Amino acid sequence: MGGSIETLVNREYQYGFVTDIEAETIPRGLDEKTVRLISAKKNEPQWLLDWRLKAYNRWTTMLEPHWSNVSYAPIDYQNVIYFSAPKPKKQLGSLDEVDPKLREMYGKLGISLDEQKRMNNVAVDVVMDSVSVGTSFKAELSKLGIIFCSMGEAVREHPELVRKYLGSVVPHSDNFFAALNSAVFSDGSFVYVPKGVRCPMELSTYFRINAEGTGQFERTLIIADEGAYVSYLEGCTAPKRDTNQLHAAVVELVALKDATIKYSTVQNWFAGDENGEGGIFNFVTKRGKCAGENSKISWTQVETGSAITWKYPSVILLGDNSVGEFYSVAVVNNHQQADTGTKMTHIGRNTRSTIVSKGISAGEGNNSYRGQVKVMPKAAFARNYTQCDSMLIGNRCGAHTFPYIEVQNQSATVEHEASTSKIGEDQIFYLTQRGISKENAVSMIVAGFCKDVFKELPMEFALEAQQLLGITLEGSVG
Amino acid sequence: MLEIKDLYAKAGDRDILRGISLSVAAGEVHAIMGPNGSGKSTLVQVLAGNPAYEVTGGSASFNGKDLLSLPPEERAQAGVFLAFQYPVEIPGVSNAYFLRSAFNSIRQARGEDEVDPLDFLDYMEKKLELVDMDIEMLSRSVNMGFSGGEKKRNEILQMAVLEPKLALLDETDSGLDIDALRIVANGVNTLKRPDNATIVVTHYQRLLNYIVPDYVHVLAHGRMVKSGDKSLALELEAKGYDWLVEPQGALA
Ligand SMILES: Nc1ncnc2c1ncn2[C@@H]1O[C@H](COP(=O)(O)OP(=O)(O)OP(=O)(O)O)[C@@H](O)[C@H]1O
Ligand SMILES: [Mg+2]
Repeated sequence: MGGSIETLVNREYQYGFVTDIEAETIPRGLDEKTVRLISAKKNEPQWLLDWRLKAYNRWTTMLEPHWSNVSYAPIDYQNVIYFSAPKPKKQLGSLDEVDPKLREMYGKLGISLDEQKRMNNVAVDVVMDSVSVGTSFKAELSKLGIIFCSMGEAVREHPELVRKYLGSVVPHSDNFFAALNSAVFSDGSFVYVPKGVRCPMELSTYFRINAEGTGQFERTLIIADEGAYVSYLEGCTAPKRDTNQLHAAVVELVALKDATIKYSTVQNWFAGDENGEGGIFNFVTKRGKCAGENSKISWTQVETGSAITWKYPSVILLGDNSVGEFYSVAVVNNHQQADTGTKMTHIGRNTRSTIVSKGISAGEGNNSYRGQVKVMPKAAFARNYTQCDSMLIGNRCGAHTFPYIEVQNQSATVEHEASTSKIGEDQIFYLTQRGISKENAVSMIVAGFCKDVFKELPMEFALEAQQLLGITLEGSVG
Repeated sequence: MLEIKDLYAKAGDRDILRGISLSVAAGEVHAIMGPNGSGKSTLVQVLAGNPAYEVTGGSASFNGKDLLSLPPEERAQAGVFLAFQYPVEIPGVSNAYFLRSAFNSIRQARGEDEVDPLDFLDYMEKKLELVDMDIEMLSRSVNMGFSGGEKKRNEILQMAVLEPKLALLDETDSGLDIDALRIVANGVNTLKRPDNATIVVTHYQRLLNYIVPDYVHVLAHGRMVKSGDKSLALELEAKGYDWLVEPQGALA
């Protein structure tokens, strides 16, 4: 395999700039005082502070998990800044009040905070370092009773909803990183779609880590009430820095009876340079609960960034006839390591899940798929279909598949298919012989490989995924 | 149009072409025959620029350009087309998208405008007719699950779409039934023009009843051992290759 193919996937990180914005940061380190300080800065109610402290105390008793197929130098949790907010952090009345430098930064990222997005039918919330800097289309959404705001605002304006659902899917004690997040989470997005309402636009949050040495611990909570529908998009970037930065987010989704939540991510945190220096450590807990019957939760993710990715968007299929889906493309290059996959837990009758995972490894990247399908005793006639494909570009990269299947009901059907292929010089030659440039040939082959996942992405994101992977998408994708 | 001089090529440590010379003028059809493993595919692959082969000597010029110095896509853009003996499968990439990308890449390279998907579909309809292929084949992934004959027909479809100046057909007749053979040959003949040329690699005189060659060459052990007109093909059919091929020691 020639190095030439590899160079095609070795594009420079475009989003590595630093925005010179004055930030208010608290000193490095974490103890109970830090937790209290964060909570105080955010003027939080007592119940939330108590919850954070419970999580913090639990965290101090937990050990960082090391079962995943990634290796990294120990993280010094006392050397992380746990809160950083762009100044001024006064309450923003409208998006027009957003710092022009911030607007410029989002312009560079290809995200507009204003009306331009109306055309694309996307409402955007932006979280920089720790704080949400603005949500668009709030008024329009609120006419339908849809709440789309920062987590901080939700705590103030809709405490009953937050209190009811926060930690209901990912408990504060769930795992090491989730406990850490529960203790120090700074902000994030909150969505509530009321009964019977179909959210007319894509809701989107853009996460950006800017300040140096800052950890980002956002918390997202999405609730679709009975019969509601919402499609939510999440995008992430970070500046290029030669030190590693920590990102430990938690996302909780709750779908009640007949509700559908579609959650799409294009993750492009800085991955470190070609020598493996710097990059984001991405330890994320994402879980959805199909709480009511006939509910559906669908995760679609395109993971191109981060030095380390540890992420398993999962679905708990509690309601009868509920549906869980996981569509994933994970690309690793240079020294990136990804250990990602999903967990589908079938509890209700006739629950169905589909897992389609596409891993692409290049350079010295290491890609692991870890998937768990669990069928509980009462999940009669549960069905799972898993397809897990790996593509290798070059000889120094790796792909690993770890399926765990546990079936406790005899009427369940579980299917697993896996394949590993190499991007073929013969395929590239065939395409170039037809006049297609080598670069486009690689893009076409990779896009073809990822087709089953890309077709699940909303149009706006499909285009973004195309940019990220340098992929020419097929006209049919959308 | 095509001038090959004393061409040597190898794959890995293995010398395959050992001094090939061939000159093809516009409007001509050349047939290349020869025993299995004699280097026929290697020759056309080298002309098309397959990086699996290393040229170790000689030259090949195409309309005055040094063909061997160009990357494969530029050769294609200059009008060289290879119908593969073993067409390659590309999962997830639709035949229609692939054909349109190829067509537009070549147009772009020539400074022409891209054709949008709808106009392209109109253009395709005529081309599909030419090779008697169903439009449904366009929505399938490139060569995936195609039968042997369908793959070969798909090669000719691509040739019809790209309208090359020099077509290299590597055993396009192998695996075709009688009707398909006639369709493919008819396609090739329809595309023939005074300003383009065709090299057909084949084992069977049968094809040459349909695609009538101006010259027939025999390749053995990486060398051209005999050239003649179309009657040479008939002679080969009757006599085999033994009378032409010198024993090559232990390798023969
Ligand atoms: N990429 C390669 N690596 C190693 N050896 C090769 C390669 N390609 C061809 N060869 C060898 O070179 C010789 C010529 O192969 P080639 O495919 O050109 O023969 P051919 O004349 O087309 O045969 P056939 O009539 O069977 O198609 C064969 O011995 C083959 O095994
Ligand atoms: Mg051959």
